Formats: sequence, C-alpha cells, structure tokens
Amino acid sequence: MATVILHDEGGASPRRGGGPGARRSKRSTAGREGGGRRAPLSAKVIAHVILGLFTLFTIMPLISIFLISVYPENQLVSGLALPERVDFANYSRAWGIANFSVLMRNSVVVALFVVPIATFISILGAYAFATMRFRGKAAIFLLFLLGLLLPYEAPIVPLYYDLNALGLTGSPFTLIVPEIALFLSFGIFWMRAAFGEDTRTLIEAARIDGASSWTTLWRVLVPSVKPAIVTLLVLFFMWSWNEFLLALVLAGSPGLQTAPAGIGLFLGERVSDLRGLAAAAIIMSIPPLVVYAFMQRSFIQGVTSGGVKG
Amino acid sequence: MSAVTARPGVSTRSGGGRAGRLAGPAYVPYLYLLPGLALVLAFVVYPMLRTVQISFTRWNGVTPPEFIGVDNYAEILADPVLRSLFGHSAVLIFFYAIIPIALGLLITAVLARWRVRGMSAYRALLFIPQALSMVVVAIAWQWVFASTGTLNQLLSLFGNDVTTAWLGSFEWALPAVGLTGTWRQIGLCMVLFLAGVQKIDTSLYEAARLDGASAWHEFRYVTLPGLRAEIAVALTLTVTIALKSFDLVFLMTKGGPGTSTSVPGYEIFARAFNRGEVGSAASLGVTLTLLIVLVAFAIERFRSE
Repeated sequence: MATVILHDEGGASPRRGGGPGARRSKRSTAGREGGGRRAPLSAKVIAHVILGLFTLFTIMPLISIFLISVYPENQLVSGLALPERVDFANYSRAWGIANFSVLMRNSVVVALFVVPIATFISILGAYAFATMRFRGKAAIFLLFLLGLLLPYEAPIVPLYYDLNALGLTGSPFTLIVPEIALFLSFGIFWMRAAFGEDTRTLIEAARIDGASSWTTLWRVLVPSVKPAIVTLLVLFFMWSWNEFLLALVLAGSPGLQTAPAGIGLFLGERVSDLRGLAAAAIIMSIPPLVVYAFMQRSFIQGVTSGGVKG
Repeated sequence: MSAVTARPGVSTRSGGGRAGRLAGPAYVPYLYLLPGLALVLAFVVYPMLRTVQISFTRWNGVTPPEFIGVDNYAEILADPVLRSLFGHSAVLIFFYAIIPIALGLLITAVLARWRVRGMSAYRALLFIPQALSMVVVAIAWQWVFASTGTLNQLLSLFGNDVTTAWLGSFEWALPAVGLTGTWRQIGLCMVLFLAGVQKIDTSLYEAARLDGASAWHEFRYVTLPGLRAEIAVALTLTVTIALKSFDLVFLMTKGGPGTSTSVPGYEIFARAFNRGEVGSAASLGVTLTLLIVLVAFAIERFRSE
C-alpha cells in the first residue's frame, strides 16, 4: 500500500536501494562481518540446510517445467525426471501454439508503449506533488491512492462494456492506455517519495540560477533520482510483461493479445501438448528473467517497498 | 515531505511573489498533474463509479439495465455460494499471507544475526517467482498437482502410490491453489525479513544476551518489534494479492471443481464476461473493493501503532 512508501522507516524507499542505498547496505554488511557474531559451524550448517530447502522448494517446479520443455517426442512425461535426450523440437513447435509468435510480438509492443509513457507521466505528477503547493492537493492525492488500492477486477467490468459501446476496442491502445493508468498510481507515489527527500536545496539552487520548473525537473531533479527511476522502469516492465487480467479482458481480438493472455486462454482448453506449452512458458519467461538477472537489486527493492499495483 | 515546499521562505526569498516561485503561475502544478490525473479519472475513478452504478441493476450487458436497488448486495449476504467465495478468500489469505509470513519469521528468527555466506545467491533464487508471469506459475504448478505429476511422484517415494489429480478434487483443489500462492510469496517474505533484521541495531541483541534473554525472548522483544515495518509491508502485499486473486484461480481451476475454488475476483470475471450477470459482478466488485480498503487501513493502523 502506498502509505508504506510515504514513511521513511518502512521497508525501503526509492532513495534507499538501487544505487547509493545498495552500496550502503553492502558496507553495513561488511561492517557486521567485522563486529558481528561469527556463526559457529553448527549454526552455519543449519542456516544452509534451511535456506537450501526453501530454495529447492522454490526452483523445483521451474526445473521440472524446463525439463519437460526439452523432452523428446517419444518419451512419456512423468513427474520430475531427466529426459533421455535433450530435444529442442518443442521450442520450434511452441511458436505455433495459440499463435505464440504474434502474442510475443504484442507483448513487446505493449511494454514498449507502457513502460516509458507510464514512467514519464509518473515523474510529471510526482514532481507536482513533491515540490509544489496547490489547491486540492490532498484530494487529488487521495484519487491516486484509490488507484493503488482497488482491485482492478471491479472497474474493468464497466470499462470493457463502455469501451465496447464506444467502439473503441480492437486496437492495441485499448489495452495500453488503461494499463498506463493502472500503473500510474504506484509510479507517482514512488517518484514522489524519491523527489521528496533532500531535494529542496537542489531546487532552490536551480531557481536562483533562473531555471524554469521544467528545466529544474529534467536537468536537476531527474538526474539526482536515477536509481529510483531505474527501479520504476524495471517494475513497470515486469508488470506490463506479466499483466494478465487487463490483457485478457481488454485486448479484444486474439491477434492483439499478449503472451500471458493468449497462453492463459489456451491453458483453459484441453492441453494436449504439455512439452510445447512448457517450452512456450520458458520462452515467455526469458525477457523478465533477463531483466531480473541484471536488475535484481532494483526489482527486489521495488517489490518489497510495499506498493501494490491495482 | 510536501511540507518542504510549503515553507513561506521559498517564495519570499525569490522576491517575486507568484512569478518568483519555482512553480511559476498557479496553474503550473495542474499542468504537471494533467496527464496522470486525466488517465486515472478516465480509467480508474470513472469506471469505479460506473461499477457502483451498475451494481444496483440487473444487466446482461446487452439489453438496457434494470434498476433493482440493493438486491445484488442482499444476494451476496443470502446466497451460500456467493458467501463461500469470501470463505475461499480467507483460505487463500491463510496460504498466501499467514503461512509465508509465519515461516519467514521463523527462518529469520533462526538466522537472525548470523552471517550466512552466499546469502545473495539464496535471495536471488528465492525471489524468482515474483518475476514470472502467473501463467508460467500456473503451468509449473498444474504439473506438480497432475495425476502423473511431481507431487504424486514425491508421495510414492514414501510408499503412497496415489494418482490423485489434486486440482480436480473438491477437498484439495483450494489448498493446492493456496500452496501455489505460498510458493510465490514465501521468498518475498523471507527476503523482506532477512533484509529487515539486518537493520536492527546489533546492540539490542547484545543487551538481550547480557540480560540472559532466551531465544524466544530475543525474538519476541527484539526481532519482532524491529520487523514491524517489514511485517506490515508483507501483510499488505500478500493479503491484497490473496483478496484480489484472480489469475491463479482462472488459470488453474476456473473456480472448479464446482465452485470449490472460486473467489470474488474470479466470480466477477465469470459473471461479467461469461454469464451475462454484469450487475451481480459489479456488486461483488464493490464489496471486494470495500473489503480491501478496510483491510489495508487495518494493516496501516497496525504499522503505525
């Protein structure tokens, strides 16, 4: 929930992780290693056994899906077992499942629009909330708070019917624009918290130099909160790539669906090609996993900040 | 934070009254807010108001809606199937929120203050489920629960040869969906708590030791209060996700068998888009929204207490 971000003592604030914060926490760990208690051998073993078991529990289902995705055609899939030989034929077949190549392309298009636009608009709104005084500020803020809390299952019902009645379905923007709106609340809270801390001196210095509010934002503030913006970009990408409900309802025709929606609908039908499906699951996980591999710290920090997407 | 700019000094020192303020003319803040506000009004606030409006009607989505007052809400109270949806949500909260948080705290208590080599590798792996699409999660876990799947294979190792299709069972389907949620949230809770425990002042633990505190007392009076903020974050994330849960139910069971795994989020979808009971779906949506707002405020109070 938003309010968590607004308090500094909470899980993590934008300023705290990513860049400078990450370095800080590394330092503090190093400090503890010197001064803190050293674990006796038995404690070390217990720690690794516990962490190892939970890690195993976490990756097991994923490993089993990966193994199934390289099963040869003639081997029966059963439980978790190594394939007799590794066969990548499933992967080439996966592209044909539920029009998967079109779905993947749509997912890319949606992310390419949603991520930068939602980030840009979040920065603009957060700038006003963090540094300006204006009438109705509290009330408008409450509107964004609402966007952070409510389950999108509710507003999506009239949204679908109203867009239909207006004849606005059947374009990729029927999905893209509401998705941006849905992500905005979090983005504005996130960037507001980032701008909110020790930016006053920066702003005053810029103003004395005669900079306009627009220049101050892009030349002074934005460079000073880069780690927070990177985290936001990472989160928006993950959310956009993995978004399910909106894509399912708003994309309209199958030709406009994203990978999760298209494969999700396909799941509902009778699954005859488990290997191909597993391969498709692996393929559609590659983009988020690559982002995760490189931006893990930002991602973890963003998710654990407590902000809930609608 | 907003108080920063509210200081009178800002405008006086610039010496130019309104024009001298950073914001410039009074309409400038609204210009910055306009794109976001317009989108939120059009795609969140307005549809939500429409949901409230529709919730007082009987509507199949095609012919004109018929106003029926609070009948839809009365039905939620009276219909055992509709009431059971919220019962299922409670079960999911147990699996999505209570189990991961309890286990996360237990592990944190055991590991508190010990330096563990390779922690960042564990963290990276434990957090992976958060980066994956629910569709991928569903595919992976459908296989776990399949009749020839991993769970039955595991059970046969202990001599229980079962061929249960767990997701097709009236008793087991809901816990199975729940366990999938546990799997997804447990890493999140562990990562949150293990990071949080490092922020607790080491001297508190040393003081506890000097006072001869037992492990339980150390946990109860040092670790637990120190993790209050993290627990609140974990509660907010996991409870809201449990209440909103639509994805896993849609993907793994479609609410079945029967309605044994259906939850408000899924029922809204099914009624609005498959069964032409849009009014009833809207009333469920409003009820769910109120419930989530209520729960969020309760958690926020716990956090700030």
